Amino acid sequence: MGTQQRSITLNGEQRSTSAANVADLVQQLELDIRQIAIEHNRIILARPSYEKTPLRDGDAVEIVSFIGGG
Amino acid sequence: MDAIRQENSVDELVIAGRRFMSRLLVGTGKYRDMAETKAAIEASGAEIVTAALRRVDLSAVHDVKLHDVIDPKKYTYLPNTAGCYTAEEAVRTLRLARELGGWSLVKLEVIGDRKSLFPDVPETLKAAELLVKDGFDVMVYTVDDPKICKELETRGCCAIMPLAAPIGSGLGITNPRTIRTIVEQSSVPVFVDAGVGTPSDAVIAMELGCDGVLMNTAIAEAGNPVLMARAMRLAVEAGRMAYLAGRMPKRADASPSSPTRGLIT
Repeated sequence: MGTQQRSITLNGEQRSTSAANVADLVQQLELDIRQIAIEHNRIILARPSYEKTPLRDGDAVEIVSFIGGG
Repeated sequence: MDAIRQENSVDELVIAGRRFMSRLLVGTGKYRDMAETKAAIEASGAEIVTAALRRVDLSAVHDVKLHDVIDPKKYTYLPNTAGCYTAEEAVRTLRLARELGGWSLVKLEVIGDRKSLFPDVPETLKAAELLVKDGFDVMVYTVDDPKICKELETRGCCAIMPLAAPIGSGLGITNPRTIRTIVEQSSVPVFVDAGVGTPSDAVIAMELGCDGVLMNTAIAEAGNPVLMARAMRLAVEAGRMAYLAGRMPKRADASPSSPTRGLIT
């Protein structure tokens, strides 16, 4: 299960991942969960639902954070 | 001095029930690096900082981030919608921002034109309505048109932020009379957002009765941003005090400052 590769669109780019769900993906990318927000197939995810959101082929994931801006 | 301090201690800025001492709001963009961002923002004395929401750079996840230098526990982050051209994009961005940090106080800007960065007013009105219904406290960037400003207030925006000149232009307060009209008609705080280039512009905005000033480029693109941040802090304070004090009337002719009685003749 964990080694199965899925093809997803992550921040606009095609990527192959072994992550089974969004929480796995965040961990693999070494992201600080407190500094990001995530959209899965255009739906905004609350942090507790990362684990409950499985990744499937063709999914679109957007991971955003704050940067300097006016 | 005590009187001034006392005056200041009660002169709070209240936005949607949140209380602040500083009337200078600053952006966090365009600095050379994070160290300069931190130093300039500290020097500005600002308590509210705007920030943009963007895709995480997955090739640089361990770089120093805005959060690392500007502590979200110490500063009020004001998520913006810079780069959004439709109400839909703006609402999507701010919902993500709310999910990120729980912030409901937001800066709405829907851009209408890439060259002038003037707002798209119909989309701004639409987004404002959606966001207010969704529970956001919306501080809105708009044109310096009193009718539009009133309309945004009617739709529930908690602060009206007319531009004084195009974003990043540094041209100053191009229409002081309209800014004054907007201040006079508004029952929510009014901020000049965009156009300030130098401290005298900030003083003018405050003397006109604005509740505060929001700026980024004027500090970030100064020769010495940290020194300019201090200058802007003082300018906003000076302009505010002058507004509260009430300026002398203008006269067509001179009026001697020394008594004319008791002159040696």
